Amino acid sequence: MKKKRKSVSYAKWGYIFILPFFICFLIFSLIPLIDTVRYSFFEYYRSGIKEIGPNFIGIQNYISLLGSDMLKYAGNTLILWVIGFVPQIVVALLLANWFTDVRLKIRGKQFFKVVIYLPNLIMASAFAMLFFAMFSTNGPINSILMSLGWISKPVDFLGSVIGTRSLVGLMNFLMWFGNTTIMLMAAIMGISPDIFEACELDGCTSIKRFFYITLPLIRPILAYTLITSIIGGLQMFDVPQILTNGQGNPDRTSMTLIMFLNSHLKSKNYGMAGALSVYLFIVSGILCFFVYRMTNGNNDDGTKKIRKKARKVRKGGR
Amino acid sequence: MKKRVFAVLMASVTVAGLLAGCGGGNDGGSGQSENAEEGKVINIYSWNDEFRTRLEAVYPEVESTSDDGTVTTLKDGTEIHWVINPNQDGVYQQKLDEALMNQADAAADDKIDIFLSETDYVYKYTDAEAGVAMPLTDLGIDPETDLADQYDFTKTTASDRDGVQRGSTWQCCPGVLVYRRDIAKDVFGTDDPATVGEKVKDWDTLKGTAEELKAKGYYTFASYADTFRVYGNNISEPWVADGETTVKIDPLIMDWVKNSKEWLDAGYLDKTVKGQFNDDWNKAMGSSSKVFAFLLPPWGVDFTLSPNWDGDTGAWAVTNPPQEYNWGGSYIHAATGTDNPEHVKDIILAMTADKDTLLKVSKDYLDFTNTVSGMEEAAADDTYASEFLGGQNAYEYYAPVAENIQIAPLSAYDLGCVELFQNSFSDYFQGNVDFDKAKENFETAIKERYPDITEVQWPE
Repeated sequence: MKKKRKSVSYAKWGYIFILPFFICFLIFSLIPLIDTVRYSFFEYYRSGIKEIGPNFIGIQNYISLLGSDMLKYAGNTLILWVIGFVPQIVVALLLANWFTDVRLKIRGKQFFKVVIYLPNLIMASAFAMLFFAMFSTNGPINSILMSLGWISKPVDFLGSVIGTRSLVGLMNFLMWFGNTTIMLMAAIMGISPDIFEACELDGCTSIKRFFYITLPLIRPILAYTLITSIIGGLQMFDVPQILTNGQGNPDRTSMTLIMFLNSHLKSKNYGMAGALSVYLFIVSGILCFFVYRMTNGNNDDGTKKIRKKARKVRKGGR
Repeated sequence: MKKRVFAVLMASVTVAGLLAGCGGGNDGGSGQSENAEEGKVINIYSWNDEFRTRLEAVYPEVESTSDDGTVTTLKDGTEIHWVINPNQDGVYQQKLDEALMNQADAAADDKIDIFLSETDYVYKYTDAEAGVAMPLTDLGIDPETDLADQYDFTKTTASDRDGVQRGSTWQCCPGVLVYRRDIAKDVFGTDDPATVGEKVKDWDTLKGTAEELKAKGYYTFASYADTFRVYGNNISEPWVADGETTVKIDPLIMDWVKNSKEWLDAGYLDKTVKGQFNDDWNKAMGSSSKVFAFLLPPWGVDFTLSPNWDGDTGAWAVTNPPQEYNWGGSYIHAATGTDNPEHVKDIILAMTADKDTLLKVSKDYLDFTNTVSGMEEAAADDTYASEFLGGQNAYEYYAPVAENIQIAPLSAYDLGCVELFQNSFSDYFQGNVDFDKAKENFETAIKERYPDITEVQWPE
């Protein structure tokens, strides 16, 4: 009896416990995913409440998408993402560095951590609606600026390309910098204090310490942040959708790819939307691969190595 | 041993789960079988609570409504469940379409019994091929006799291609010009509707008046979108003809583009207000605004102007519009497959064909209701005077407009065309894009919204 028990493979239980996830994934993700790809080869939409198709049309959807303004919307998405991401990562790095610096002794750290995370708890659409009201031509921001005497007549924020794009970027920045800060803080706190101590003894300034110790050591987490942010950026939808009423005003310059996808779904155009999704899937796949390779280099275990070493390895590797 | 215990446990959990599921199902099933003829639940799809408030106020069978406004109980115990989804961005239609497509498979109490539609997309649902709205005759309503007192154009609007009426409305939406009395006094020296009416009687005269208003620092209308309905609802050809896949832009629509640009550049319109039903537009209806007038149908006065006005009551008045037009109108349809045909018939008749009920709605909500003789009476009866309009009897102006309305021919694509056209040319008015680019943007947008549209034809 005892012997038999010893031969029981416990790995089996592991599989059983992760089974629910795979079943859910299969039903709710994989099958729809395959269906999306399948429908992308069909003409399949609704006109009024009459269904048209599905008729097999080969890669016609892909071709007509290339002929549409898809690339322009991809550009919009990229611009909107960069406007939001650059300040986000800079501010998050700075804050994370300050919060984890033992010498600075910032008081009320916990409080600030909560406060900077708060914007993320608001629903993006509610946030966008708030901004829409605040920055409307007769809204409070314009009134404040005018009563301060900074401007003589109301600024049409949402009527100009720069205004709309900056607002979208600003909102994404506000919503996500807290999240990034907390993640980076965790990464920095994971670095052994010995290293910081050693560098201090060697006479490192805090700027040097940041660039030569902290940054290289948190690279895996930075890569993770970058990847999730890119994927999130590709799927940017709710903020510009609500802010511009789903139209991507002005002149469709704040129309993102997913908003484009959404306007196909208004007519339940599964074929075209499917083709667009496949493009997006490929693009995000490629982006992920590049970013992963770029930031991870050859050492997956980057946390334990300092930058100099990593550089050497990389040089040798190429 | 342990394994067996585990197995038994799992089995019993599964069985318990199954039984629980069955129990729920049984309850629902037995509830239905007791009332095989008429269901216990009437599901009504709408985009706001306008119809609910009207129904609560005048339908004699109403017992009570729950505090959150989602369930209204009738005297015989039947419950009306209100399913409200906002109109904006096509949400309402998406939800409604989804529900209508599942209508055949839905449990009796989940079936849609009544749904509402607006003039902009009524055609999509009255289409005989789609077959989602029941012909009124199938319900036992004869439009010839039962709805004889309704305005003819409302009956045309609710009919399919072959003239079979598949919906009915309680309201009729003749558009008028609503203006601020204090501004009229300041500029013209009088706020008398007849005198002001003379100043706005057609577009050319109105343009002269706009110049007068501008000299005193006032805007004539709030936004270019305000005048769209006057042009758009008087077009002679539908946006998309039956069976075709070409959007034909009516010359009148291009007139709107031309005039709007001209008016905006001349400063007759408020540049900061872009479109309607947004914050800026609402503020333009407030007491601090410099906007002289709005082109609104009766529901607009009651539903948008009145809540946005923050000054003393009696500051507004109505007069004739520069051109007769109709804007909006909510149609009530009986959904094919309803399990409550008797209730539905009763509600439609009570809400849209009963003159006394309709007159009550008119009195309480300033709604211009769908009864020709009733409205003529109201126009002559001073008890219909509105406090909000400074004691003016607005029906005097609504009634003649209603009788002259030529409803524009409809197509199933109207909503998208109207929305996207205004949006594309918004950029042009604001100087973000040039004229050709705006046309191009409209073509892109319309083909995106309706994949079956192949071409857009612009007038010469």
